[in-house]
Amino acid sequence: MGKHVHDMGGDPAGPIDHGEHARTLFDQRVDAMLRLLAHPQKGYFTVDAMRRSIESLDPQAYHGLGYYERWMRAVRQLAIERGLVSQAALEQRMAAIAAQRGGKA
Amino acid sequence: MTVHDHGDHSHPEHDGHDAHAPVDDLDHYAPESLLMEQALRELLIEQGVFSAEDIQRQIDLTESRTPALGAQIIARAWVDPAFRAALLEDAKPALGGAFALDLANTPELTVLENTAGLHHVVCCTLCSCYPRNILGIPPAWYKSREYRSRVVIEPRSVLKEFGTELPAQREIRVVDSTADMRYLVIPLRPAGTEGWDEERLAALVTRDSMIGVSQALAP
Repeated sequence: MGKHVHDMGGDPAGPIDHGEHARTLFDQRVDAMLRLLAHPQKGYFTVDAMRRSIESLDPQAYHGLGYYERWMRAVRQLAIERGLVSQAALEQRMAAIAAQRGGKA
Repeated sequence: MTVHDHGDHSHPEHDGHDAHAPVDDLDHYAPESLLMEQALRELLIEQGVFSAEDIQRQIDLTESRTPALGAQIIARAWVDPAFRAALLEDAKPALGGAFALDLANTPELTVLENTAGLHHVVCCTLCSCYPRNILGIPPAWYKSREYRSRVVIEPRSVLKEFGTELPAQREIRVVDSTADMRYLVIPLRPAGTEGWDEERLAALVTRDSMIGVSQALAP
């Protein structure tokens, strides 16, 4: 069985970039949504479920997306799996927001 | 190489304008990501899963946890042997008592003590697990492919990139965090700090020294 994309311990890699990125409001909100949903008292899902969801992203998405964008997809996936929202409702709302912002799909 | 944690800046404004989020930053995201975030947040608020206030409170809580808290804990451990022993034995109750931290709903925490013969370095090869409730948000490099891949096989050369050179005879132990277990390192107390109080000592404790990629600052 091959290693999954996230299992990178021991892989060859270059020098470490010590640069820091400011967290954006997007990052903060995604982080907050995850923490609220995964809080044991809410219990919509666990951190382990979140990891499974991130780790099952295809390699192109895993490496092509930013850190919190990966989280966003994982939270979306779990929210649908747990029946908190339907995929159709989410897509409809995304289209409505895009239209409001000026027609960008 | 010093990077600053952003948690010690002022909190984001509640009207949605965040000093950390200049509009240009959004160019780095796939447009779909931004739509997805807004759509999901709106739907979950409408359904009462959480409120907009819950989101803001959570953001504020996250931003309030910074390495300064960790530094206070380490300074206490340096001056108070009973606290240090309690911390090493079972960290969460020890912190609940001495620092009034509610860690009930947080992952397990193991505190590791560096000695003259043994140095610990923390990583998370699989993702980005980190003692966020003590140190705040992990630095970008901690989450990077380069750090995650290399620190477990060549810790000495990784440490050298952080400007840290340890004696050859000192053992380096790399610990790999999980979703359920986080680690905090007690760095070696620097020589020449005998008799210092906790506040002065805490100023020597950097975030990186509690991850183990650096040592505490020299006085």
